Amino acid sequence: MTEEYVIQAENLTKRFGDFTAVDHITFSVRRGEIFGFLGANGAGKTTAMRMLCGLSRPSEGKGTVAGFDIGRYPEKVKRNIGYMSQKFSLYEDLRVWENLRLYGGIYGMKDREIAEKTDTVLRSIDMESERNTMVCDLPLGWKQKLAFAVSTFHNPKIVFLDEPTGGVDPITRRRFWEQIYGAAASGITVFVTTHYMDEAEYCDRVSIMVDGRIKALDSPMALRNKFGVSDMDEVFRMLAREATRKGD
Amino acid sequence: MLKYLLEKEFKQIMRNKFIPRMIIAMPLFMMLIMPWAANQEVTNIRLTVVDNDRSITSDELVRKVVSSGYFIFQSVSDGSEEALRDVDAGKADIILDIPNGFEKDLQTERISGVMISSNSVNGTKGILGSSYLATIVNDFASSLSEDMMMVQPVLSNQNGKSFRIMPQYKFNPHLDYKVFMVPAIMVMLLTMITGFLPAFNIVGEKEAGTIEQINVTPTSRMQFILAKLIPYWCIGLIVFTLCMLLAVFVYSLIPVGSLLTIYIFAVVYIVAVSGMGLVVSNYSDTMQQAMFVMFFFIMIFLLMSGLLTPVASMPDWAQYITIFNPLKYFISVMRMVYLKGSGFAELVPHFLSLCGFAVVFNVWAILGYRKRN
Repeated sequence: MTEEYVIQAENLTKRFGDFTAVDHITFSVRRGEIFGFLGANGAGKTTAMRMLCGLSRPSEGKGTVAGFDIGRYPEKVKRNIGYMSQKFSLYEDLRVWENLRLYGGIYGMKDREIAEKTDTVLRSIDMESERNTMVCDLPLGWKQKLAFAVSTFHNPKIVFLDEPTGGVDPITRRRFWEQIYGAAASGITVFVTTHYMDEAEYCDRVSIMVDGRIKALDSPMALRNKFGVSDMDEVFRMLAREATRKGD
Repeated sequence: MLKYLLEKEFKQIMRNKFIPRMIIAMPLFMMLIMPWAANQEVTNIRLTVVDNDRSITSDELVRKVVSSGYFIFQSVSDGSEEALRDVDAGKADIILDIPNGFEKDLQTERISGVMISSNSVNGTKGILGSSYLATIVNDFASSLSEDMMMVQPVLSNQNGKSFRIMPQYKFNPHLDYKVFMVPAIMVMLLTMITGFLPAFNIVGEKEAGTIEQINVTPTSRMQFILAKLIPYWCIGLIVFTLCMLLAVFVYSLIPVGSLLTIYIFAVVYIVAVSGMGLVVSNYSDTMQQAMFVMFFFIMIFLLMSGLLTPVASMPDWAQYITIFNPLKYFISVMRMVYLKGSGFAELVPHFLSLCGFAVVFNVWAILGYRKRN
């Protein structure tokens, strides 16, 4: 393994009974990269991501994240990553600052460090006025901004984002991506799944998963050229058309 | 790290609309209402009398029965058939049938009889009712013969030898059933608060998806579980203490044994039942499932704990099952310490059993909690 790669997967596979959700995928993600992980519903994106985060045990194959084997040292992996799940999963009955404090504390930050970081983070996402708001009272777009802030609060090496912009308007999405760029600029590697092909264009490199396998992996421009089309939307459609698996 | 998790749990509990109120309402309700309702003393037995004699003596007997307090005088029936119809219709529970010539027989033959028939659909009520009635009738008969002895002392010497049993009731001299129930009700409450609530809390996090965000952090299983348990342990002990205070003020019930013994057992017991709750939560994905499984076990545990019916009168096989019931041990400890004043030395077997439950359930809970699948 070279220092350059922070995520490496080799024939990573997950089976649930007879069903192979993720089928021998192999890829690497470079340090500091924004890596788009695309695929139709049910293609196996979330399962692959859960394996990389140590939430799901691989059935076969090997993976390293932040230099640790995901099969053997999932807890060490967890120390070095942030994760934002598809379904909003912060505590709705805690205030904004309390959620930040909880996760900061869990990752071993000290009270003072947490307080300072809370100020900076809230300022950077324009949520200073919401510091004492109960999370359940926030609109969806703000919840997602907060979830991202929580997932990067402890300065992880890598952050995994599972469809972070599902169900929000284009302007909020655009702002969210500014947040992602900000994180990448500060040296955090971003691993993001999405359905929106305009978002795929924002990534340094993308992979496209179909039926549990990676069908294409390159920079968005290189993929467009390779398939001879003008945008990622068409690239995706050409590949996804071959899918036999039904989305859910 | 644990500090932050605990802080979060306490905030969530305090902000919950339901839990803080329940914590106050439950002990009050259970302690103030249950001991009166869950009472196995048989009273208010509805009595119908068939007085075929209509004499002064029979009248006195009826008056004596009614004044005992156990019976509600329902009616005087004209004949046995009418009385039975009252029983059929559910208007009466017991019939006292006084034969014609009752007084005359008593005076001339010095012997007579009455018939007692009881409705035994509820066996305990039937048996106790007729035995109360029989006792009263016997009492009446002996006081009657004493009266006659005064008049005719010579006659009574023929069959004069008789003896009377004077029972002495130890530990609960007034045979107050409430005194017996109150310590056991405290155990029930502690079981609900420390067994159910943390389990439901964890399953709630599973349902909301928030547990996923915790699982992806380096939080250890131990810390996560401890953070869930400690708040409910505290609440459980507070409620338990409240119950003991209520017992003092409402029922003037003060434990004869030491408070320390009670608390030591309470602590081990809550560790055991909360461990059981955790095991259930590990295997439940939805609240519905967790509730159902918990109720299943708690029902069995309660009914087989000696709370309402003595374990010793269960069939052998059922008694073997109760060996695996943590409630049984703590209920019996509470009653022993509260009423008899048993000391820790006498309770060591109970203590070891409860420790066993605590260890088994908690090891099982920690090993069974999966941060990944």
